[in-house]
This record gives sequence, C-alpha cells and structure tokens, in this order.
Amino acid sequence: MREVAAEFANPVMLYSIGKDSSVMLHLAMKAFYPAKPPFPLLHVDTTWKFQEMIRFRDETVKRLGLKLLVHINEDGVKRGVNPFDSGSALHTQVMKTEALKQALDKYGFDAAFGGARRDEEKSRAKERVFSFRNANHAWDPKNQRPELWRVYNTRINKGESIRVFPLSNWTELDIWQYILAENIPIVPLYFAKKRPVVERDGTLIMVDDDRMKLKSGEEIENRLVRFRTLGCYPLTGAIDSDADTLEGIVTEMFTARTSERQGRLIDSDEKSSMEKKKKEGYF
Amino acid sequence: MNAPTDLAKFLAAQEKKSLLRFLTCGSVDDGKSTLIGRLLYDSKLLFEDHLATLEKDSKKHGTTGGDIDFALLVDGLEAEREQGITIDVAYRFFATDKRKFIVADTPGHEQYTRNMATGASNSDLAVILIDARKGVLIQTRRHAYIASLLGIRHVVLAVNKIDLVGYSQKAFDAIVGEFSAFAEKLGFASIMPIPISARFGDNVITASENLPWYVGPALLEHLEIVDVETGLAAKPFRFPVQWVNRPNLDFRGFSGTVVGGRVRAGDTVAVAKSGKTSTVKRIVTMDGDLDEAAAGAAVTLVLADEIDISRGDVLSAPTARPDVSEQFAAHLLWMAEDELLPGRQYLMKLGTATVPVQITALKHKIDVNTLDQHAAKTLQLNEVGYGNFSTSQPVAFDAYRDNRDMGGFILIDRFSNATVGAGMIDFGLRRATNVHWQALDVDKRARAEQKGQKPAVLWFTGLSGSGKSTIANLVEKALLAEGRHTYLLDGDNVRHGLNRDLGFTDADRVENIRRVGEVAKLFVDAGLIVLTSFISPFRSERRMARELVGAAEFIEIYIDTPIEVCIQRDPKGLYQKAKAGEIKNFTGISSPYEAPQSAELRIETVTGDAATHAAAIVRYLRERGYIS
Repeated sequence: MREVAAEFANPVMLYSIGKDSSVMLHLAMKAFYPAKPPFPLLHVDTTWKFQEMIRFRDETVKRLGLKLLVHINEDGVKRGVNPFDSGSALHTQVMKTEALKQALDKYGFDAAFGGARRDEEKSRAKERVFSFRNANHAWDPKNQRPELWRVYNTRINKGESIRVFPLSNWTELDIWQYILAENIPIVPLYFAKKRPVVERDGTLIMVDDDRMKLKSGEEIENRLVRFRTLGCYPLTGAIDSDADTLEGIVTEMFTARTSERQGRLIDSDEKSSMEKKKKEGYF
Repeated sequence: MNAPTDLAKFLAAQEKKSLLRFLTCGSVDDGKSTLIGRLLYDSKLLFEDHLATLEKDSKKHGTTGGDIDFALLVDGLEAEREQGITIDVAYRFFATDKRKFIVADTPGHEQYTRNMATGASNSDLAVILIDARKGVLIQTRRHAYIASLLGIRHVVLAVNKIDLVGYSQKAFDAIVGEFSAFAEKLGFASIMPIPISARFGDNVITASENLPWYVGPALLEHLEIVDVETGLAAKPFRFPVQWVNRPNLDFRGFSGTVVGGRVRAGDTVAVAKSGKTSTVKRIVTMDGDLDEAAAGAAVTLVLADEIDISRGDVLSAPTARPDVSEQFAAHLLWMAEDELLPGRQYLMKLGTATVPVQITALKHKIDVNTLDQHAAKTLQLNEVGYGNFSTSQPVAFDAYRDNRDMGGFILIDRFSNATVGAGMIDFGLRRATNVHWQALDVDKRARAEQKGQKPAVLWFTGLSGSGKSTIANLVEKALLAEGRHTYLLDGDNVRHGLNRDLGFTDADRVENIRRVGEVAKLFVDAGLIVLTSFISPFRSERRMARELVGAAEFIEIYIDTPIEVCIQRDPKGLYQKAKAGEIKNFTGISSPYEAPQSAELRIETVTGDAATHAAAIVRYLRERGYIS
C-alpha cells in the first residue's frame, strides 16, 4: 500500500463495504499511521446495496475521518437497469463494471486498490498483486507482468492504470481470523439475525425494500440467517445460520463445506464469467 | 465443534502453524495441476460447489475418461481449459493441522519459464515433477537450475505417473540418479525424491501400498515437516525506506518493512548511501510503540536526529552495512520477447529504489542443460546470463544469496514499462569506488567562451537516404563560414574507424550509438558544435544520448522522409540490396525505425531543397542563442 502511495500520482481505494474491504481499510489505517491514508475511498453504488451496508459505509467514513467518493451510473439508472428485469449479467455490467470505469476516468485515478483474493475464484488465482490495465481498463491475462519477490513494477504510461490487490494471498478464513484478532468492525449483515427472506431458485434472498416484487407462490418468511458475502441484495444469497458472534462465524467457517461465492448469483451466469468480466474491466 | 473452548484451541493452533510457500514445476503433461488438485481434494479442502463444478467439467473437458480430472480445478483460464496446459502461474492455498501452504502452480512450457521464475522468487521449496516414463528432460534441468538461481534451497523430486511404469523401483532409481548427478552443481540444501501417482493418489497424502519398496514419507508428510528456515532475523539489520511519513510538522517517520535482522529502540542505524548515523527513538505502529522489530515486520521508525533520508534509502546496522556502489556483477534472467541490448539504458528497481542501469559487460550466458558458459552479446527470452551492471547513481545492496530483498531486482523497459528482466546480485565491483573524476582547471565554459559560441549537439536522425548527411554537411559549411567551431560525426565514417568492430544487429546498433554519444559529449565539453548523422533508429538510444550530453545541449533533428521516397532515391543502392535479401537488419526493411515523438526540429524533405532545410536549422540555432 505504501508502495502505491509513494509511486502513483492519484491512487484510490475501492471500498465495497464488505468484510474484505473492511480488512483492507484497516490495513491502510495501520500502514500509514499516524498519518491518514493519502487517498480517498471510492464506492461504486449500484443503488441495490443493502440499506445496512450504506449506513455502515457512512458511519465508517465518519469514524475514521476519511474522504469518500460515491459513484452511481446515472445513465444506467435512467435506462432503468435493475437486477430483477435486466438479469444479473446486464445489471452487473452496467451498474458495476461500466460505473467503475466511469468513476476511474472521471477522477483520473492511476491506481486503484481492490479487496480481491486469489482463493476466491479460478481466474483470480492468476491475478497479479499489481495488475496492469490498459487505457480501456481491460485485463490481458496472457500478457501480465512477471512479479518477482516483493518488487512491484509500478510504471505506466498516461491513461493506463494499475489495480492493486493487497489481500491477494489471504484466504477467507484468514480474513475472519484477522477480523476477530483485530476486532475490526463489519456490517451487521454478517451476523445471524431473523430477517425477512424469500426462497427463489434455491437461494435465500432478503427482502430489503419494496422494489422486490414477489412472484406467485413466493412467501416472505422470517428466518435466522446471515450472509457470507455482500453485494446487491437481490443477487446475494443468505445462509441459515445461528452464528451471531465473530467466534461463531469462525467456528462455522472452519466446518464450512461450500465456498463463499456460491451465494453470488453473478458468477454462475455463464462459464468463465469471472474471467470475461475481468477482461472487460471488472475487479 | 463445541465453541468457544474448541475455538480458542483452534485459533491457538492456527497461530502456531508455520507457512510454507512452495512451487510445483516440471514439463508439459507431467501432471502438476493434477497433483495440486489431488492435494486439495485429498486434504478435504474442496468446497461442495467446487466439487460439483469439477464433476460437470470433467465430463466435458476431462482427459481422464469421465473420472474426476483434478487438473481442471487449477487450470483457471479459458484458453488453458481448452488446450489442456497451464499457461500462467496460479496461487493456491491450503492448510493441514500442521502447516499452512501457498502453492505456486507454474507453467511447464518453455516459453513460460519467466512465470516459473516468478513463482520461484517467492518460494522456499520446489516440487519438481518428472514423468516416470520420460525421465529427466531439458525443462527439468532448466527448472532445477532456475529454482537454484532464485535461491530455492530445498527440492522435492516427485517422480510422477509411477503407475505407468508398473511401480518400478528400477525406473525410479535411474531417474533419481540422473537428476542427482545434475543437481550436484546447484547446491541445494536438500533433495527429497518421492515416487507418486497424482492421478491415483499414491504417496501424495499417505504412503502407498503399491510402492512397498519405498520407505520415505509421502509428499504431504514431507511438506509438513521439512525445515526451510533461512535465519533472516539473525542477519544484519536492513530497512529499505518505502515512504516518509509526515502527517504534520511534529512527526517525521520512515515507513517500511524490516527485510533483515532486527532493530530495537535506542539502536544506532546508518543510512547506507550517505553514511550518516542516528539512533532509533521510536518504533511506531497503530497498536502502540514496539521495543523491537524483526525481519518481516512493517513499522515506522522515528530517529533522534534530523538527517536527510528519502524513499530508496536503506537503514542498516552501522557495523554491518550493505555494499554501496554503482557497479556490480549479477545473474540476469531475460523475460521479454525483445532481446537484451547491452549498452541500452533500462530502469532497475531494487527494493524501494529505482535507478537507470546499463549492462556494461555481458560476460557469458549459461546453458541450462550442462551449466556450461558461452560467450554472448545479447540474451533472448528465457535465457540466463551473467555480467557487470552500471547504475547512474550508487545503490545499496547485499548479495542475493545473503538477502533476497536486498539483492533481487527487476529491469523495466523505459518505453513500454514492461518488466523485462530479473536480476540477482552476486557482488559489488570495487572498481567503482577507485575511479574518481579528475578535476580539471579549464572547463567547458572557458573553452566555449574562447570560441564565442554555446556548445551543442545537433543529432540528425532519419532513415537511410533521408538526406541527413547532405543537410548536416550544408549546416556545418554554413557554420564554418560564420567562423564557428564545429565537428561532424558521420555514421558511415565512424564505422570505418572507432566502430569498425560493430555490425548491424540491434545490440551492435545500441553500442554504436552509445560510443557516438560519448564522443559527442567530449566534443561538447571541448566547446564545439557537434553534428551527428546516424540513422539511430531506437528511441531508447536517442534518449540515452540526450541524457548523456544533457538536455539543454541536445537538439534532436528528425529528417522526416517517407520510406517510399528513400527507396526511390536510394543513393547508395542499399535498399535494392536489402530488398533482395543481400543486406540483413536494414532499417526500414528488416529492422524497425522508431520515429521521434518530440524532436526539437522536424524537417520534411518532400518539399524544399537541402539548402533551405540547412538554413532553417542555422536560423533555429541563432534564435535559441547557440550562435550570436
């Protein structure tokens, strides 16, 4: 992180409000202490995040005294793109990938931190810590810079940028253990609580606001659930769980038999969908 | 699981676990990805949704006839899944009760050797796979050599597909014998040969009944206990300054990671380059000040004295300081499609310091099969060489074998910004400290004033036949007529004398320009207006000449004549010969010309005659005050 602050003119930290972002932000606070991190946070708001996430975001920024930029793809909003009618693929493309590119271009950021981990998904396993993007934000997996030792090539030409993944070598379990050890605040949605959910295509979707229209035969039930990963509420599956403390979550993690991204509906849209999204500029 | 007592135990156990970073390497189809998939599968670390995808994919792409194909677990990218080979380095994570592991799965293909080096640079151990049917191959030797070159001291020789040679001990012993003979020269601290079958799981997690003659540990058992401790914390203190932490006027700290030894509050530390010393006042972290920080710790140091320190400096133990020099000898692995050009300036990133560097003498390249040394003028992709390096300012370093972080560097191309090489410093060259500049009483200014002119280099660049020499000649005549003191260095003429030993390969072209740049610099020092007329096709070398001479005294003149016009003119009949294939490496035909993007002057010769163009150049010199 200090490498980025020292070598780039205009870095930014992508802040998605999730647990990985919380850990990344915590590391940034430590890396630059007693100074504040010398870059703003950027949240790409799809307008479909859980309300609790937005509340947590605003509290966190205030508590730490940081600068937050929020970007919404207004064009997408105008076109009425939403996860229910547009399908998850189009929604993600327009409201996340396109929006992110808009924001990076708008502010002219030359480096952006992301909280992605190599253990999340197969194509992410090959991501560099310092990942080069061309002027169109695209990733070329066959033409990645070799990354030796801890020596990172930070040189770019005008218009190009670097995505930086400080958590590359962390696993999901590492994240939770670290949150526990350092007592890092996270969004309450990670803890089990009675929440109004609907079972749709085998996934538990939380009804977060009245934009969610029930299909025939669907019923809202109050179940004790929590989330292992957070995104847009209509695309994020909850799990049945009674883990309402950090200790409980780590215990549950230790015995888990499914991966966290299973709850993410966007990954399984089509084969290799993550690799494709990344080539287009997704994180 | 019975929380919270079990959890506390579990967490305590997690804390104690050590981390082993290893890489798997071997040639194509040796079964690396299958082995890693098997390790993940058998150590019960796969999630159910991953397994379901795997079973589905195995039927579709699998090469195992409907059985689970473990390689599909780790071959992440689409192209790989289709071609059935691993093309990039992928990192996998797993843990057992005893240890945590990070596996770098690296490509087998020869053209991805640089990716293997990447994996090796961060690993403590290498698992080298050999197909029991094929034995030790060229790639096996190459990978073993690169592992040793990058400082890996422990090797597991996994003789895979042992099932396909009938679990034969004879076959196994033969391979182990051949490998050991080769690896003897590589200085590994340990080599552990294990016969395995990744596909069927023999000796991967537990000992196999199919191999009763083998008494050693299974692969995972060995990985759990092998000792790879490097003792970094016991070495001399090293702290490359990454970032100067200055939130307000009352606080000035130096942030970075300790890469060697340890430091305590109250210790004296020396800035390697300037030699200045101070004492450590505080070791600052967000969780409170520390009494001591050892290798691996990321901290901010506050010193007692205000001494000049910036990013790229190294704080060190005053009694065991690193080398500080502008010349050193190092091994270099070349990782770019374009060949290495000795004499060209690259950027070197060593720790937190980035400086321009040249390879002043490429001593030899190394044949990875025999470890023989051969004379070399250049290095191609994936080749390893050894030579002397010269940086534009002194840097602090240790030998790579003593400290990876202080002796490992990357080379960056100054135009594409690609990472083109990885170097490992062997030792500093003392010569640097013994050759000092001789201070002279009569200087450049005195010589220039005597001649009533400002010295400069007029650097003419353009294709063969573009009119460089013709125009340069006219400019010199005009200057001479005005009583100016000039000298014209012409490409063809210089090649008859000073550069008689150079040909037209890219490497020789770079050296040609380097020498001309040095000569031009001496003439400028003598107070002359120097005109150089060279094709000088590469941006890098023109930039090098500019930096050598100094930007204020360097005027780049691009004689812009389209190649069609040059071919039509063809004053020396060279284009005709080049097109017929009689001349190799001819600029514009079989060798590139990189046109200047920001030359001081651009002369289009399609319109106007040479005399007009020459007059325009003289006018430029007058307007800019080079001549009165």
